[in-house]
Amino acid sequence: MTADLVPLVVIGGLTACGVYLLLSRNLTRMLLGLLMLSNAVNLLLLSVGGKAGNPPVRGRTSGDRTTTADPLAQGMILTAIVITLGVAAFVLALIYRSYRFTTEEDLPNDPEDIRVAELGEAELAEAQRLDADRVKTVAYPDTGEPDALDALPGTEGSR
Amino acid sequence: MSTLVPLPVLIPLLAAALTLFVGRNPRLQQVITLAALSAVLAVSVALLVYSDRVGTQALHVGGWGPTDAGLGPLGITLVVDRLSALMLVVSATVLLAVVFYAIGQGIRDGDERQPVSIFLPTYLILSAGVCIAFLAGDLFNLFVGFEVLLSASFVLLTIGSSRERVRVGISYVMVSMVSSMIFLIGLALVYAAAGTLNMAELSVRLQDVETGTRNALFAVLLVAFGIKAAVFPLSSWLPDSYPTAPAPVTAVFAGLLTKVGVYAIIRAHSLLFADGGLNAVLLVAALLTMLVGIFGAIAQNDIKRLLSFTLVSHIGYMVFGVALSSRLGMTGTIYYVAHHIVVQTTLFLVVGLIERQAGASTLRRLGGLAAASPLLALLYMIPALNLGGIPPLSGFLGKVALLEAGAEDGSVLAWLLVAGSVVTSLLTLYVVMRVWTKAFWRARDDAPDGELADVAPSALIDQTDDTDDIAFNDRDDVGRMPLGMLVPTMALIAVGLALTVAAGPIFGFSDRAAEEVLDPARYVSAVLRIPT
Repeated sequence: MTADLVPLVVIGGLTACGVYLLLSRNLTRMLLGLLMLSNAVNLLLLSVGGKAGNPPVRGRTSGDRTTTADPLAQGMILTAIVITLGVAAFVLALIYRSYRFTTEEDLPNDPEDIRVAELGEAELAEAQRLDADRVKTVAYPDTGEPDALDALPGTEGSR
Repeated sequence: MSTLVPLPVLIPLLAAALTLFVGRNPRLQQVITLAALSAVLAVSVALLVYSDRVGTQALHVGGWGPTDAGLGPLGITLVVDRLSALMLVVSATVLLAVVFYAIGQGIRDGDERQPVSIFLPTYLILSAGVCIAFLAGDLFNLFVGFEVLLSASFVLLTIGSSRERVRVGISYVMVSMVSSMIFLIGLALVYAAAGTLNMAELSVRLQDVETGTRNALFAVLLVAFGIKAAVFPLSSWLPDSYPTAPAPVTAVFAGLLTKVGVYAIIRAHSLLFADGGLNAVLLVAALLTMLVGIFGAIAQNDIKRLLSFTLVSHIGYMVFGVALSSRLGMTGTIYYVAHHIVVQTTLFLVVGLIERQAGASTLRRLGGLAAASPLLALLYMIPALNLGGIPPLSGFLGKVALLEAGAEDGSVLAWLLVAGSVVTSLLTLYVVMRVWTKAFWRARDDAPDGELADVAPSALIDQTDDTDDIAFNDRDDVGRMPLGMLVPTMALIAVGLALTVAAGPIFGFSDRAAEEVLDPARYVSAVLRIPT
């Protein structure tokens, strides 16, 4: 199978732009990135389906071409377009809803995830605080002085 | 008999249309849904028996099958072999139990004003999507199945569209759509390389494709399936998005959606790219999935998030079995998938009950549940031990089969995986016991935030957005656990125990299914009607 350069360059460009936009936190940009990516994939499917200019109807010719254009690739593209359209509408509704809640368009982090991540630091700080306390309040510091017990009658010199 | 094949897809879809028509009558909606899903279960069981006795069934929809002139199948092909039949039966069981639970919860805790009339139709469409994916005989149809179940899951995940669910929903939709796009790129490349998307034809034609190209195609598809199945480097979306959904939705997502991805990996690995060129990559991914998942679970405070991480972790076991590409490994995987669908769904349903009765699902607020409700403690304990792999439960049996398969393989990587599996199993036990000691055994007063609780039991619609917490003692009395939620949970536990009691026959069946899966020639001859 041979492929034309121009569609491939267009597909590559669209994919690159789509991925770049998808990496943004801005919801509208993410949606645009998704749409570009899906267009790139549809073009890829189209270019996979054979050369341009073949007759779409079986048994007819277009110029000097007699090979029928591949209907399967076009069927797949149509399905993919419909699916992307539906999801894009749904995402737009979600974005609007999100905007109504937060009046901003950026996607925040998962709060529980942050809590868990901070848990380690909090525990570390707590442990360090406990350690610091512990140094001050060692129960029986060895000072070399005789203990109070040593002074009791009958146990003198037990040290 | 092949007329039965499309029914698991048709029944839920038609029922979804019907339930939309009668949207004003919730009672009728429920009856239709339960009847439809029971019918799907019955059909699936019939298909299971038939495919085991007679063999693989293929249906070319609209008669666009292979022609005498040697042209391959052009239209949609639906195929049932033992593996897909088993997946259908397990999924239908879980779908039926969860919808029972959801209805029970809605009746008791649902608010009259809630727009739940879309819940059941969407749920039915999700069921249809899962069935399409299991029945699909060509890759594009598999893609459509994924899209159907994903679109339905978008709606279910954001139902009520509270702030938290919208935030989670957007990232879930974006990740899913990117994985679909990668799948579509894979489809285009496969089509360019082989000129067909029918799996049976691909199985034959891909053998003539160069090894490097074939591995590249498989890698693209693996990335797409890996995102859906939540295999390690592609799994971080899952623990973020699942826990915020209502309990029955999380349960069915956790049980089924990732397993559809695993099923796709099994099919692609055994039917399309049977030479095992990427086995080493899969084994490493499986090891990392197990360990990273379970380490993530240890750090969690919220039970739902904790279970989501164990879900990711245990996907590693299934990928492990697939990547060994031996008969015993595949047998273990098939058994483990069935076990894991049931047990993971059950645990999420139990968490729904905990949340309802105790007003929280975070361990900081839970305590004293064993004394408050011994029944709930029992309901948690059985599937938890099962997940942790305590003998003689089914989790243990599945893991033993996988460990044996790893030892049989004998390579260094396989032994590493065996060690990783054992460690993961122990850590899973540690994690579920941590929930047990904190939520069930200690007194509620000992919990750091034990005096707080959520305002209302969480129903389908999240109403607790602005007014989050009240004192535990001021909480409205939630009463006993509603029978509508209790019975389906117990039924799924019983199914889990049945997997243990009837392990012999089920393992026998898994073994026959594995034999069939590892022999693509049978699949090909059934679909392309090549006389054997």
